[in-house]
Amino acid sequence: MSSTVVNGVGEILQRCREEGRAALVGYLPVGFPTVEGSLQAMRVLVEAGCDIVEVGVPYSDPLMDGPVIQHAASTALAGGARVDDVFRATQAVRDAGGSALVMTYWNLVLRRGVERFAADLAASGGSGLITPDLIPDEGGEWIAASDAHGLDRVFLVAPSSTPERLSAVTSACRGFVYAASTMGVTGARASVDSDARGLVERTRAVTDLPVCVGLGVSTGAQAAELAAYADGVIVGSALVRTLTGPGELADRLEALRALTNELADGVRGGRG
Amino acid sequence: MRDLTPHELPRPGRFGEFGGRYVPEALVPALDQLDEARQKAAVDPEFQAELARLHATYTGRPSIITEVPRFAAHCGGARVILKREDLNHTGSHKINNVLGQALLTKRMGKTRVIAETGAGQHGVATATAAALLGLECTVYMGKVDTERQALNVARMRILGAEVVAVEHGSATLKDAINEALRDWVTNVQNTHYLIGTVTGPHPFPEMVRDFHKIIGEEARAQVLDLTGRLPDAVIACVGGGSNAMGIFHRFIEDGGVRLIGIEAGGEGIESGRHAARFASASPGVLHGAMSYVMQDEDGQTVESHSISAGLDYPSVGPEHSFLRDSGRAEYRYATDDTVMEAFSLLSRTEGIIPAIESAHALVGAMEVGRELGPDALLLVNLSGRGDKDMETAARYFGLLHGGTA
Repeated sequence: MSSTVVNGVGEILQRCREEGRAALVGYLPVGFPTVEGSLQAMRVLVEAGCDIVEVGVPYSDPLMDGPVIQHAASTALAGGARVDDVFRATQAVRDAGGSALVMTYWNLVLRRGVERFAADLAASGGSGLITPDLIPDEGGEWIAASDAHGLDRVFLVAPSSTPERLSAVTSACRGFVYAASTMGVTGARASVDSDARGLVERTRAVTDLPVCVGLGVSTGAQAAELAAYADGVIVGSALVRTLTGPGELADRLEALRALTNELADGVRGGRG
Repeated sequence: MRDLTPHELPRPGRFGEFGGRYVPEALVPALDQLDEARQKAAVDPEFQAELARLHATYTGRPSIITEVPRFAAHCGGARVILKREDLNHTGSHKINNVLGQALLTKRMGKTRVIAETGAGQHGVATATAAALLGLECTVYMGKVDTERQALNVARMRILGAEVVAVEHGSATLKDAINEALRDWVTNVQNTHYLIGTVTGPHPFPEMVRDFHKIIGEEARAQVLDLTGRLPDAVIACVGGGSNAMGIFHRFIEDGGVRLIGIEAGGEGIESGRHAARFASASPGVLHGAMSYVMQDEDGQTVESHSISAGLDYPSVGPEHSFLRDSGRAEYRYATDDTVMEAFSLLSRTEGIIPAIESAHALVGAMEVGRELGPDALLLVNLSGRGDKDMETAARYFGLLHGGTA
């Protein structure tokens, strides 16, 4: 695992660390509300202060996602979004000056071919993959392909992870470690579970990699709360929800910009 | 203790390339806990005695075998013997697995079970075991299935279970499984996901098969006792594939016995509305395991279809995929119309109304019997009884408006 990672997210997190703040990682699915609309929305994330864009691939059976993201994924699929569109999105994020990590369920990668998916991702300026239903135990092929193409690989740890699992999972990660702060599926929650801090601490005890926290963040105040102890704050459902509202897409993109600004301020205020 | 690198981590629960664990990390400790509990239970005389006592006094095991000569006249004259899992308490083979997993749930100190169900057989069995052992129970069911199996929904509620109708996606079994997995990720500390078939992440496929292998053990001995020889073919329907694995398992080493699984051909392969995975699908990952999956070129799951809610599932247990690719078992399919003919035929010739799932196996027996001729001996797993399917059958045959089957 000594290969160089081109366009890696590790250096972005390092830069944020040097600035004394956490990074903001924003999730949006490709194809929602339309493919073009999702590319615009991802550009807005970059412009409004998102350090890393998590590009979601819509999937028919998104078992880790709550209703907001599931609805967006089924809308995207019904609208004809394809896996090919993901690489347009990573390119768009890259062109806007951002860094794109793709979040995908494993069967979509498997179906395309792990090697081909990795090559396409690298060619389109993507930094790597977040794999919610692939654990390193089953990830041999992806570990080899990500090494070959210089891609980051972000696996998840959870509050239920044992010390042995934390150690094994983090040793397979590159870029950062994704700490799922609560047991459960994606979706904004009124308060971020106190499990998060404990999990980050336990993860730090076994790795020097940055630890980003996700699941349940929807406000600048929550982002600030997490930014006090995490290297990055991951926001998904709350951003997606701004795109589901009524009215013109342009208005919703402005709402997205406003929320992203608030969250970006939050991650900057966390250690103030 | 030395930490394992990812390359050294074991890949448990593989059947060749199939099986494995494609799950969120949050579930891995629960799967490890379950694997440990079931392995300990497998060699614990106390656990085995408790399960055997329940089977003898509650399930009604051993289930009998019945020779069906009047039905066999339509199977090329072959001798046909049914293994009568339909006579088990709750009306199907499902109770074998459910009692085993419910006992394990208590052993693991968990107080709640969740389940998914298509036809309702597994949901009813789970609600029954939960009532018997004092466990809280939630059953997820696709909204479409709650409508076609309304009677079973009522049974589950009477047994004290909460039934949740899932409206996402195709609103069938596949979506009920997604919802159950979501519940499990959220509540894994006190909840066991009582998976009803030989699918899902390791150790489910192995464990569920092991709780059902009693079917084949009993049937093999009973057929030998009755006929003095082994059957030429063992035939069973395959949705997820638990009744089939249960009866196949004891015969795998018997090289001369053909193992034949019958999938749901729905409205025909060319219609695209079917659940004949081996006729149309390719390897992929769904619901935690690598197996054959009905999917499009991007890897999105394609919706399946069958007149039988219990077989309406776009993937299949990984061990079946292995048996198929290795050539040890063969898989065919039966269309809705041929299945309903066989359903009617067994009812009228033998006075046994089968579950529509099991009627798929009967179509297989008619085909294989005609191919092998009158010297053949066929063992068919009658996995469930048809009470739950009365509304579907009545609608199919137009009986609600005075028609006849």
